[in-house]
Amino acid sequence: METTIKFYQTDTFTVGNRLLSEAERSVQAGMQRTNALNSGHRACQGCGEALGARFAVDAAMRAAGNDLIACNATGCLEVFSTPYPESSWQLPWIHSLFGNTAAVATGVAAAQRVKGTKTRVLAQGGDGGTTDIGFGCLSGMFERNDDVLYICYDNEAYMNTGVQRSSATPPAARTATTVPVGQHPNGNVFGKGKSVPLIAMAHEIPYVATASVADLRDLEAKVTKAMSIHGARYIHIHVPCPLGWGADPAHTIKLARLAIESGLFPVFEAEHGEITGHRAIREQVPVEDYLKLQKRFAHLFRNPKQVEVIAQLQAIADRNIRRFKLLEKRGAAV
Amino acid sequence: MSTQIEKPFAITLDRNTSLANHTGSWRSKRPVYVDRLPPCNATCPAGENIQNWLFHAESGNYEAAWRSLTENNPLPAIMGRVCYHPCEGACNRGQLDAAVGINAVERFLGDEALKQGWAFAKPAVESGKRVLVVGSGPAGLSAAYHLRRMGHGVTIVEAETAAGGMMRYGIPRYRLPRQVLDAEVQRIVDMGVELRLDTRVDDVLAMQAAEGFDAVFLGIGAGIAKRAYIPAGDASHITDAVSVLHEVEDSQPLLGRKVVIYGGGNTAIDVARTAKRLGAEESIIVYRRTRDKMPAHDFEVKEALEEGVKLKWLSTITEAGEGNITIEKMALDAKGFPQPTGEFETLPADSVVLALGQNVEQTLLEHIPNLTMKWDSVQTDAVMMTSHDGVFAGGDMVAGSERTVTVAVGHGKKAARAIDAWLRGELYQPAPKHEPATFERLNTWYYADAEKTVRPVLDIIRRQSTFDEVVGGLDESNALFEARRCLSCGNCFECDNCYGVCPDSAVIKLGAGKRFAFNYDYCKGCGLCAEECPCGAIVVELEDK
Amino acid sequence: MLKQIEGSQAIAEAIGLCRPEVICAYPITPQTHIVEGLGQMVDRGEISPCEFINVESEFAALSVAIGASAAGARSYTATASQGLLFMAEAVYNASGLGLPIVMTIGNRAIGAPINIWNDHQDSLSMRDSGWIQLYAETNQEAADLHIQAFRLAEELSVPVMVCVDGFILTHAYERVDIPAQEQVDAYLPPFEPRQLLDPIHPVTIGAMVGPEAFMEVRYLAHYKQMQALGLIPELAEAFQEQFGRDSGGLIKPYRSEDADTIVVALGSVNGTIKDVVDELREAGMSIGSLAICTYRPFPHKAVRNALEHAKRIVVVEKSLALGIGGIVATDVQMAVAGLHKPVHTVVAGLGGRPITRDSLRKLFHRADAGHLERLEFLDLKHDVVHEEIARMEAGRRSGPIAENILHSVGTVASQIR
Repeated sequence: METTIKFYQTDTFTVGNRLLSEAERSVQAGMQRTNALNSGHRACQGCGEALGARFAVDAAMRAAGNDLIACNATGCLEVFSTPYPESSWQLPWIHSLFGNTAAVATGVAAAQRVKGTKTRVLAQGGDGGTTDIGFGCLSGMFERNDDVLYICYDNEAYMNTGVQRSSATPPAARTATTVPVGQHPNGNVFGKGKSVPLIAMAHEIPYVATASVADLRDLEAKVTKAMSIHGARYIHIHVPCPLGWGADPAHTIKLARLAIESGLFPVFEAEHGEITGHRAIREQVPVEDYLKLQKRFAHLFRNPKQVEVIAQLQAIADRNIRRFKLLEKRGAAV
Repeated sequence: MSTQIEKPFAITLDRNTSLANHTGSWRSKRPVYVDRLPPCNATCPAGENIQNWLFHAESGNYEAAWRSLTENNPLPAIMGRVCYHPCEGACNRGQLDAAVGINAVERFLGDEALKQGWAFAKPAVESGKRVLVVGSGPAGLSAAYHLRRMGHGVTIVEAETAAGGMMRYGIPRYRLPRQVLDAEVQRIVDMGVELRLDTRVDDVLAMQAAEGFDAVFLGIGAGIAKRAYIPAGDASHITDAVSVLHEVEDSQPLLGRKVVIYGGGNTAIDVARTAKRLGAEESIIVYRRTRDKMPAHDFEVKEALEEGVKLKWLSTITEAGEGNITIEKMALDAKGFPQPTGEFETLPADSVVLALGQNVEQTLLEHIPNLTMKWDSVQTDAVMMTSHDGVFAGGDMVAGSERTVTVAVGHGKKAARAIDAWLRGELYQPAPKHEPATFERLNTWYYADAEKTVRPVLDIIRRQSTFDEVVGGLDESNALFEARRCLSCGNCFECDNCYGVCPDSAVIKLGAGKRFAFNYDYCKGCGLCAEECPCGAIVVELEDK
Repeated sequence: MLKQIEGSQAIAEAIGLCRPEVICAYPITPQTHIVEGLGQMVDRGEISPCEFINVESEFAALSVAIGASAAGARSYTATASQGLLFMAEAVYNASGLGLPIVMTIGNRAIGAPINIWNDHQDSLSMRDSGWIQLYAETNQEAADLHIQAFRLAEELSVPVMVCVDGFILTHAYERVDIPAQEQVDAYLPPFEPRQLLDPIHPVTIGAMVGPEAFMEVRYLAHYKQMQALGLIPELAEAFQEQFGRDSGGLIKPYRSEDADTIVVALGSVNGTIKDVVDELREAGMSIGSLAICTYRPFPHKAVRNALEHAKRIVVVEKSLALGIGGIVATDVQMAVAGLHKPVHTVVAGLGGRPITRDSLRKLFHRADAGHLERLEFLDLKHDVVHEEIARMEAGRRSGPIAENILHSVGTVASQIR
């Protein structure tokens, strides 16, 4: 769209912007947004996953013209949204098991194909249900290129069961199963864990992206783009957990933002196995700014401060910055 | 399927049923929307609601912006040229990159109003009361405008042949083109204000009694130049800034090729720059102290220097002769006061213009009994009333205020409100001010990066020889850009952040221009909305009990 | 149409006639021929519209069926043995959600030791999962039961397992009457789901249910099973009307009306048992048999009625509840509780060991003579077992039992690996 005014006060950093045309506004800014995950759910105060899920599903609902079915893995999102007798969901929704969500979604999608509907299918789960127990079904869904958008809400541990380590838990983080004592004084050990976005890319599926609750417009753009594509698609959304991370509930978005701006959580997208864009860091910050707001890293700042461990984490961020070109404004996706 | 299906018990639920679960009961803290006082508004001597008119300007609704602006100040085109904009000095954006060019946007709006012919509405209801305003300077015009808006009959009496006071006879036209001044005065007159020119009033109470005015507002300014004793020969040409600037309005004062201006204020700068335009080869400002101690605004000094005005600081004039003056070098003592050094120098000077400040003319004041004075100025109370009941005053003539156009406009407004209350037998109570919107309360992450727009500046050669306006206005896209740099400190600008970031969908969007409300049935009190509000318009309070 | 046909192929053709819309397949012997047959039928367009999905595990296979069924598609899968255990979590989930999925079990032993041959340990391990379990005696019945299974499942909104003995039925060529499409269509109406993932009427399926309602949910699942006890005979009767064949139902008594000894069994072994019964009846023994076709829900009343006049009951079962004995026998005992009749458990045919007429004849003679133990193991090689027990008693590090036994019986281990 050609316009002489290039500047919009808050640009696309805020949820809405009254200075933009209706068509350019975010889904979340709209009075008609679906609120696919509605009020009354039992998520903790400041829950990043509840927020990320509404962001993502509302965007998918708009893209699908509300013709959408969601499949949900066991986990916080499932538990806090559907305790009998109350459901917070506004769209057809099914929860089967912890580890089979991608497969259930495959079945739902198959049913749509056989019935000749245009109904779209979304699957969602936490990092445990995605990167660990649900990984086999996820890989199978990818490999068959089933027409499913799978969204992982990554809060970096098993929060529903009381904060245990998952394969998405970052190094040095304290969880109930990576307590920083004895043989592992620094918490979760370095050199383990996996990047499911990169593994998804190895399946050469049509679309893979990472996103964050700290960048709604980027998240919505990615969900919308994913919904414009058929076949297996994967979006990995970083969603801070105030409870599990030992953070102020008011800091959920701030933490997500610091994770991006430090380089610890690279935001990028890929098509058919190749990276096609990244979200450039706007104001780079040291990882310490991110770490020190969270009790799960508090052991790194106690006397004596674990300078070397923090440097190792900084090295991870620096590698991400190099690898995903996070400081390059050119080629940025958004 | 066309009908609702019969669902299995418990494991299959109706959608959206969690609305029955009022999670608001979890809350120990609650977010509350507030309006805070932005630093621009707080520092505006005219009491403009700058954040609010910028809000309208941001969306390109310039008329709404202008209407909001003129709620407080009827002279935006003038203000956009002559105001020293303390608002910009206070602007929180200054801590990010550069302050918002508020003054430039104000001028754009003022000029746009003149271009579009936007007029002030006449009052819907006449109060039947009449107020006499003495003096048509910024204080008088402002008082007249506000009184008229409130439905009062207003008569302005002006001793000069044209309205405007010091705006006409003290501010050179290269800073304030007269068609702008004339147009903004006319717009006030068009509201039904009576303007009597060439009418000097010495006994205002007599006039009030004769014509039956219900109240009086005095805005006679401070038009008497202060003089200093300088030993001078008969042939020396010593004049003062007030006279020069007044004279230049109607004719070409003869100052000679080498002009010395004595003083360090804005008026000294105005005269020095005027002298250049009148053809002086040398225009030298002599000042007792150092440049950084000059009361003149730095940007005016800068513009003067660009135009070739010279500065001679740490100097006093000890003697004026024919074609030259003697100056003594000064040195600052430990306390920063200039002390004579006994070192002298002679400078060529065809004339010396004294710019040492101004006093209030006393004739009119002497006719009002029991008037409390402070030096030459009138002492007023908190709502601009003098010690004489029913006689109000504002502008340069009152004690204790900076003598600027903007301050005078502010006085006029405050006095008008006080007069309105007084006419009803009440005491004017200004509305309590909001808590300040400090920089620390902002979440500046959300604002896009944008440097301040620079207004076009008239080419240097033209500036030295003509009285054309030096600083140009912003064009529309620049003005819009500049308006949008506003952070809207402390006041909701409907960015939808609170509405978007609430994990519990507990923020209700009320629609464009109506802002938002919290749904406390579901708000869990996490505080994300307050943390992520860019402009700091949400506070989190402890729940009672 | 009568065909000389492999059991798996007959089953595949019967399923095809049921117009399944989503078929999920993961290979495991001896189920493979069924899904291979179905895949080819889908590819040839003989089943259409239908999505045939090759998944990455049995867990995924049933999960895909769960999704498809919840979205309103008639869904089918098949598995056996380890595969059934691997999908166990989903087995319970499908029934918990009340999804009318039909699944064929090509019954096979469960390892370790790994074994591909037939017994009933796999499906019986899922007996409490909330699925209806039907056991086929012949390939004709296997084919017919699938047609009944879809109707049963969809009427009650409960999943159904059709249990077919691996190899013995799945790989055996028999004459099977494959019905015409019109006949099946007349018997099996289109799937009308009780609950549906429908964007027009969105519902939440699979809520978390706490102590305040969980008991009731489970009770209602049990209630559905009880309803099935009434519905199954009706559907079998309707089937007979439509197809002219007696297939399915709760139980099948054979020459047992006046028998002193009644032999109870599940599945294909009933054919052998009936042959021996005929033989012994010829010889004057008062013996009959009872095939249990519907094992879940367990038809207590029908079984009790069939057994109440017998002097003794012999349950021949291809399963072993380690540490207690019979699985089917326990249920039979409950059915005849209070009648004070001896119920003998005969564990037979584990891991594909042939159950021969000769062995059964000897067994029934001993039963008739009142010489049967409470728990017997048909054709157990006692010498091998004793040898191994002795070895274990001799030393702590006696080695793996399976390897040792293979050595004892003279089989080369590598052939099995």
